[in-house]
Amino acid sequence: MIINHPILGPRDAQEFVYLGDASLIDRPDGMTAGIESFHDYLYNRDNPAGLHRELWYHEQGDRSWLVVTRNTVSHEITSVELARDVARARGRSK
Amino acid sequence: MRYSGFRVIAEALTGHKGWKPVWRDPAPQAEYDYIIVGGGGHGLATAYYLAKEFGQARIAVLEKGYLGGGNVGRNTTIIRSNYLLDGNEPFYEFSLKLWEGLEQDFNYNAMVSQRGIINLIHTDAQRDAFTRRGNGMILNGADAEMLSRDQVKAMYPFLNFDNARFPIKGALMQRRGGTVRHDAVAWGYARGADMRGVDLIQNCEVTGMRIENGRILGVETSRGFIGAKKVGVAVAGSSSKVMAHAGMRLPMESHVLQAFVSEGLKPFIDGVMTFGAGHFYVSQSDKGGLVFGGDIDGYNSYAQRGNLPVIEDVAEGGMALMPAIGRARLLRTWGGIMDMSMDGSPIIDKTHVDGLYFNGGWCYGGFKATPASGWCFAHLLAKDEPHKTAAAYRFDRFLKGLMIDEKGQGAQPNLH
Repeated sequence: MIINHPILGPRDAQEFVYLGDASLIDRPDGMTAGIESFHDYLYNRDNPAGLHRELWYHEQGDRSWLVVTRNTVSHEITSVELARDVARARGRSK
Repeated sequence: MRYSGFRVIAEALTGHKGWKPVWRDPAPQAEYDYIIVGGGGHGLATAYYLAKEFGQARIAVLEKGYLGGGNVGRNTTIIRSNYLLDGNEPFYEFSLKLWEGLEQDFNYNAMVSQRGIINLIHTDAQRDAFTRRGNGMILNGADAEMLSRDQVKAMYPFLNFDNARFPIKGALMQRRGGTVRHDAVAWGYARGADMRGVDLIQNCEVTGMRIENGRILGVETSRGFIGAKKVGVAVAGSSSKVMAHAGMRLPMESHVLQAFVSEGLKPFIDGVMTFGAGHFYVSQSDKGGLVFGGDIDGYNSYAQRGNLPVIEDVAEGGMALMPAIGRARLLRTWGGIMDMSMDGSPIIDKTHVDGLYFNGGWCYGGFKATPASGWCFAHLLAKDEPHKTAAAYRFDRFLKGLMIDEKGQGAQPNLH
């Protein structure tokens, strides 16, 4: 698989480490969320057959985190964003 | 129709005209007491034991494709019970004992071959860890043996014992481990279930579940609605898709695992060998092909095919261990979809819906578990309580902090 890095251009997926579903960006607030929502956050996944937004880490490159939209049935990658931009758009790191 | 040596001779003398189809191809009835979703090894074993050991009737197995077309026909056929943790080892040892009596039990030749499995040791720390695991196995009634470097060398003199990074210092051996003809397992269970009146319904995909007031009434399928008092789901890599029909999100991800077969070679690997440090394991089939594999590809996938980097990685592992295979050609590679759970261990449990039961999360180790998985799932379905060897395989173990994490990797399915 080739991941089209927003800054570096097309890179081999072998340069990256895979973490999982991009919903991991949305960690519940530790001061207010209950144990159930942390359990769901940490352990449960949608695990779709089809489009999947997921976190890849460019360990052997610029060490950026990416949100890659990939089809889990065909392995086709349709969109690559910097995870930083995605997280900020969701109101994180203010 | 029972199989026997006499029967083979009698058929040979009469032109083999007496062999009949091994199972029926029935149309689905309107309602059953039990519906098992998934006609793979675990689903067929569940139906078989439900009928045979728990005396239940009116059972159907629904399979979206053909019987045994999923992981039971795609694995590398290894059986073993060399686990460490208390939640796992009694279950896998129960499974290995069932394997030992399986062919007599279901009157079908599954080519169960207890040729022994060794896990290679490269460091003192690893020897300590494997000694501990071996003791755990013995405490749970399994067999385990520590082999010295010389003992391994006597068995497999052609291994690269002096690899600079991973020199071979010994091995943990389980002599009762081995291999089984995987397709025959599916066929044997299917035939045994069919003989006891179970309807095996193929080309019948579950497309929805009818649930009212927290109770399951049946399943919607590509061949219409089928009612059921109890529904058990055993669909391996498709677990998340099927259980989504009941509104559930599961603690698992689907990943692709590849397997490989070389061209046929003269016999030189008697048993099963794992080289965990090099992400490689191998056995030799009765046809002579080396059957081997390594790690999962590492990203969510439902594709049933993998990518080239893992093929390269596995081939490198094989070459590091056995330089002699360098000129052997790879005949086939294929992939199967693993339901990788959050702690690397399976789930056999009730759900929040009355009458809906789940069996899954077998990661890449489901084949060896087939008999015990079927038995324990049948036990749960028939008696509404878990079998004593599967009592730890609960959904709520993540909430309660009772994970069964053999590798100690945490909630990271692609690392288990």
